[in-house]
Amino acid sequence: MDELRKIKHLYSRAAFGLRFADIQNAEHASVKKAVNELLRSSETDEPIGLVQTKLDYTMLLTGGANQKKIAIMQQVEQEKELNLSWLKKMNSTDAVLREKMTLFWHNHFACRTINAVYAQQLNNIQRSNALGNFRDLLLQVSQSPAMLQFLNNQQNRKGHPNENFARELMELFTIGRGNYTEQDVKESARAFTGWGFNRDGQFVMRNQLHDDGQKVFLSRTGNFTGDDIIGILLQQKQTARFVCNKLYQYFVNENPDTAHVNAMADVFYSSNYEIKPLLEYLFTADWFYDEKNTGNLIKSPVEFIVGLNRQFYINYLSPEVQIQFQRALGQLLFYPPNVAGWPGGRNWIDSSSLMYRLKIPSLVLDGGLIDFAGKADPEDEAFLATARNRQERIDTKVQAQPDWDKFLADIPGKWSNTEIAGFMLEPRVNTAMQNTIARAPNIKTLAVEIASTPEYQLC
Amino acid sequence: MKRRDFLKNTALASGALMLPAFLKPFEAMANAELSGYKNLVIIQLSGGNDGLNTIVPYGNDIYYQKRNVISVKPTEVVKLDGMLGLNPNLSALKEIYDQGWMGIINSVGYPNPDRSHFRSMDIWQTASDSNQFLTTGWVGRYLDSNCQVAKNSHTAIEVDDTLSLAMKGATMKGIAVRDPNKLYQSTREPFFKDILNDHDTDHLNEDNLGYLYKTMTETYSSAEYIENTSKTYNVSAEYPATPLGNQLKTVSKFINSGLQTRVYYVSLSGFDTHVGQVNQQSRQLKIYGDAVTAFVKDLKQTGKLDNTLVMTFSEFGRRVEQNASNGTDHGTASNVLLFGGKLKKAGIFNDAPNLEDLDNGDLKYQIDFRDVYATLLDKWLEVNNSQVLNRNFSGLNFV
Repeated sequence: MDELRKIKHLYSRAAFGLRFADIQNAEHASVKKAVNELLRSSETDEPIGLVQTKLDYTMLLTGGANQKKIAIMQQVEQEKELNLSWLKKMNSTDAVLREKMTLFWHNHFACRTINAVYAQQLNNIQRSNALGNFRDLLLQVSQSPAMLQFLNNQQNRKGHPNENFARELMELFTIGRGNYTEQDVKESARAFTGWGFNRDGQFVMRNQLHDDGQKVFLSRTGNFTGDDIIGILLQQKQTARFVCNKLYQYFVNENPDTAHVNAMADVFYSSNYEIKPLLEYLFTADWFYDEKNTGNLIKSPVEFIVGLNRQFYINYLSPEVQIQFQRALGQLLFYPPNVAGWPGGRNWIDSSSLMYRLKIPSLVLDGGLIDFAGKADPEDEAFLATARNRQERIDTKVQAQPDWDKFLADIPGKWSNTEIAGFMLEPRVNTAMQNTIARAPNIKTLAVEIASTPEYQLC
Repeated sequence: MKRRDFLKNTALASGALMLPAFLKPFEAMANAELSGYKNLVIIQLSGGNDGLNTIVPYGNDIYYQKRNVISVKPTEVVKLDGMLGLNPNLSALKEIYDQGWMGIINSVGYPNPDRSHFRSMDIWQTASDSNQFLTTGWVGRYLDSNCQVAKNSHTAIEVDDTLSLAMKGATMKGIAVRDPNKLYQSTREPFFKDILNDHDTDHLNEDNLGYLYKTMTETYSSAEYIENTSKTYNVSAEYPATPLGNQLKTVSKFINSGLQTRVYYVSLSGFDTHVGQVNQQSRQLKIYGDAVTAFVKDLKQTGKLDNTLVMTFSEFGRRVEQNASNGTDHGTASNVLLFGGKLKKAGIFNDAPNLEDLDNGDLKYQIDFRDVYATLLDKWLEVNNSQVLNRNFSGLNFV
């Protein structure tokens, strides 16, 4: 595989895709340099700071019908703002790896809350620690009001333990199923009694609610606190393996290779859970660039939308349409289906979501028209004529503005249609696809066509 | 190739797309027997419908004590027996009930109930335990298991724009069709037809690209089959002009046109009645009752009611006691309503909800919802429930 293709693969996994504008820099770079550059550009860490006003949630619970209505409307508005501000960040940031990892942690520590301030706070924790240390990340997430609320630790008190958080901590955040007993859940739940948050959205240790008695956890005995339990879990190498296995599925292949995952876990564990060295190891490993690890991951809806937006420099006059896209494709940010997150992979694809995916690029780029200049039969001609008539109406609905001038200007002049398609797609361009795109009358049509293929769903 | 197979394949290849036979689930099914084809129609009420104000325990004083404002007065209840009666907004269903086409199962739920909408809906759709996270739905797993065990291909249609988790299996998924013509038109895009035509079966291998093309091919095949079959039938019965009315009218069109579909899925939302419940729930129940009545009468008229079973559920019921805003908060067990021409046990299936023995103010479930599913799987869809529900449930005898 040539170096440019490797860098393109790297960017399709560690970022949201390589753009034509990036070719000049990438052409003369090595993989090592490209990895360094990805890490360097992600050193900046700017939190999302849009949602500021705290809603009076007592209105939601105890207010009159009218007050409740207003509170619900404000809440919906804040959720929308939060969603779009993160999406905007992903669309425009240079710190792409940081956002890609934030998206990973968003799913690893899946959480739902109606309180947009808490959701934003958790998102910023996941962002600022995205490339830092997993220990800090785990602790901060565990002590965030959003997670304490979501997993009912606010109700976890001495004599009346609530096991929800303790269970998910082990099952989903650290060691995974089969590596602990029900007794371990019960005992560790006691250790987290008293963890809660106050009205200002700050973690508080409520000592009077804490059970400071003796606990037996993973064959160790002591008067453990919540911090102790997290410490013990991080001592287990299984935590490194569990997280690396998930990262492997996110970045490399849905079917993990045990030897590769173990090699990652060694790096992760020996660096005391530093995330950056782990990623550096992963992205420079030979096997990361194996043919079987390229062009075969199904983009999540958010990766699909953001990738498209970045590639075509799309400006949305009414950004809300991107929320509709997320819904139609089955991934609304901040709304994971449950605490286990989005299952991903082929679960993204069914008849309707696939047809939406194939249609969205042309809706955003050209008013719904895929100006197909092939062997159109009369039925096709009629279809295209109707599509042309509808273009304006769709434009006023979608209100998206791709920057075609910039997009076209960055495509190397000497490139053939096949080379352009090869750059925009991660799977290899096969003969059938070559025949289709060879007929494209101009580059703009070609680009819309390429983005409207099943191949474009892969990275 | 045997001559018989050749003829079959040639006949199948007459569609607009020259597809290999194994990719044409619906067309292949057209050869299967047409008679005695049983349908299951699932109606999901989203938001947590208050079961106690749907099938009202008007014979129980506790009901009136706990709901002094929002209860349905005995004089308004459409009485079914000495204890239970219909909410007056469901009065249209009385006729259906009297014909023996309606069944009511009380206090359906599951152990360790979850009061979060999305989590409890997940549990109902995936048929999981309350602490178990499954990524496939129960109807989807029915498709998976049925495809392996019986050789017939079957399918499930959700009359909506997107597909619910309930309909997604590990290897097979149902299809979402709100408007068969619109779906069909979306597959007429010349560019899509071209890339699909140009792809030979070589690309349909086991990798993700193969999966995408397979899904696309199946969508095309299904869209064409559904459009061409369903357009042969026009529903002449009157349906209320509501979204649910329209959805059920579409289901009627599908069933009556002879579509080889085993499971239909529709939903109605708006049941989360924390505030001012009476107005809101009345409106939703009227929409529900009128639409279902039209549907059942329509199918009776066309002779399809005996082959159809309708099941209605919601992710949970609501608290027994009303709250301070004349609404109710999230609860636990609730009733499941059944309709069909061949109910073995019509009417009220089991005891009215016990309002004395509560779990923190919520009903204790008497029947696990998976026993309801098990019954549908074993006795209606004819597949062993343990293959779908991951362990065996004994089931009930309502059908």
